[in-house]
Amino acid sequence: MELLIEIGIAVVKVVVVFVCVLLCVAYTTWLERKVLGHMQVRCGPLRVGWHGLLQPIADGLKLFFKEDIVVSGANKFLYIISPLIATIAAYASFAVIPFGDRIALFGRSIDLHIADIDIGVLYIFALSSLSVYGVTLAGWSSNSKYALLGGLRASAQMISYELSIGLSIIGVLMLSGSLRLVDIVARQDVWYIVKQPIGFLIFLICGFAECNRSPFDLPEAENELVAGFHVEYSSMKFALFFMAEYAHMIVVSALVATLFLGGWRGPVLPGFVWLFIKVFAILFLFIWVRATFPRFRYDQLMKFGWKVLFPLALLNILVTGFCAAVWGV
Amino acid sequence: MLRPLLKGLSITLKYFFTRPITMKYPEERWEPGPRWRGRHLLLWDEEKGREKCVACCLCATVCPAQCIRVEGAENEQHEKYPAVYEIDLNRCIFCGFCVEACPVAAISMTGAYELAEYTRRDNIYNKEALLKEPRLPAAAGTAKRLSLETRLPGN
Repeated sequence: MELLIEIGIAVVKVVVVFVCVLLCVAYTTWLERKVLGHMQVRCGPLRVGWHGLLQPIADGLKLFFKEDIVVSGANKFLYIISPLIATIAAYASFAVIPFGDRIALFGRSIDLHIADIDIGVLYIFALSSLSVYGVTLAGWSSNSKYALLGGLRASAQMISYELSIGLSIIGVLMLSGSLRLVDIVARQDVWYIVKQPIGFLIFLICGFAECNRSPFDLPEAENELVAGFHVEYSSMKFALFFMAEYAHMIVVSALVATLFLGGWRGPVLPGFVWLFIKVFAILFLFIWVRATFPRFRYDQLMKFGWKVLFPLALLNILVTGFCAAVWGV
Repeated sequence: MLRPLLKGLSITLKYFFTRPITMKYPEERWEPGPRWRGRHLLLWDEEKGREKCVACCLCATVCPAQCIRVEGAENEQHEKYPAVYEIDLNRCIFCGFCVEACPVAAISMTGAYELAEYTRRDNIYNKEALLKEPRLPAAAGTAKRLSLETRLPGN
């Protein structure tokens, strides 16, 4: 009986988090169009619902009714599973993000995270690396030169930036002494952005690159690659890539919030509200940056990754280690 | 290195808080300027009780798109008048040469710019249609009158 209740609680948590994330993904697309529009002195979506609030639903319906094409000459198996890889990898990352303190409900205490695994950070990094396979395989399997180039760029970009993103959080791990996200949040009496400003900046920049977001959106550079890796995808397969991209943005935002901005902790308001506010702020930053900066050239991207971010991340570890050794954590 | 990036971000943020210049079209419409070259209007001579046009065909001759068809005829007062006067708005380029060429100022252009029809046939205006004042967009009910200059940021 006890086991059944535990399973029930876990299932409820999974469903709630999944639905919330889906909703957030849908409305991030709306937010992006709205913010981007206003930054370009336009209005963004206005027609469907109040200020275009039903636009994501209309978009979803439209995509459902589109023809689902499998390109001739495509490797059918990989062509079909690659959007699934991208989506699953993006959504599964939410399993370890803590979104609140322990609460008491119906006489039992419930932790507000789905899974509390000891290597939460590594788990997220493993998944985000896996999602590159979705992009790369999509590019390769769809038998198109544009998609292939997009996929190649994605894999090269990931290798370069995964390294720096990994190194950038070592400072945080040194300070917190744990890979568990719950512990990392618990130890941030002072937000780690204060102690790790360089680490934060590197993490943020690499996060943008990880999400294939502007100014690092080379895998889907519209001007030169049509749409990049997903050019041959239609209907819900395309929608899955789209959702994966936005879910990835939310994962990175949640991770930035958890690692550097104190996670769900904050005064007065409940934990998940604080997490939501922080995630929202970083999502806004994502969109803001997209509205501002032009895309990197490919060689600039590589140069920046290897010659600026990578040494900077190493230096950050060195300095953090030194400071931690001298003054204690 | 960060300074120019932050400056760029501040500029986009500034525009985020300016009013969009978008014209929300069916609810708001541009009010065309006084010299706007929209749909033609054949003028009516109140004194004589007939159209001013004397069917000289100068408009049809000067028309670079060759969209004007005039067939002259004689009326009871033994005056020349256009028995047929057609402008094919599918072909018209709204250059206004017909207005310039007319020796009796019988044709003018109006501010009407919403000229879409369901068939091409409907866009060929005959004399009766051209003699009627068009429904101006700004007069079409709830239309807001707005001019471009007031909407651009900085003004």
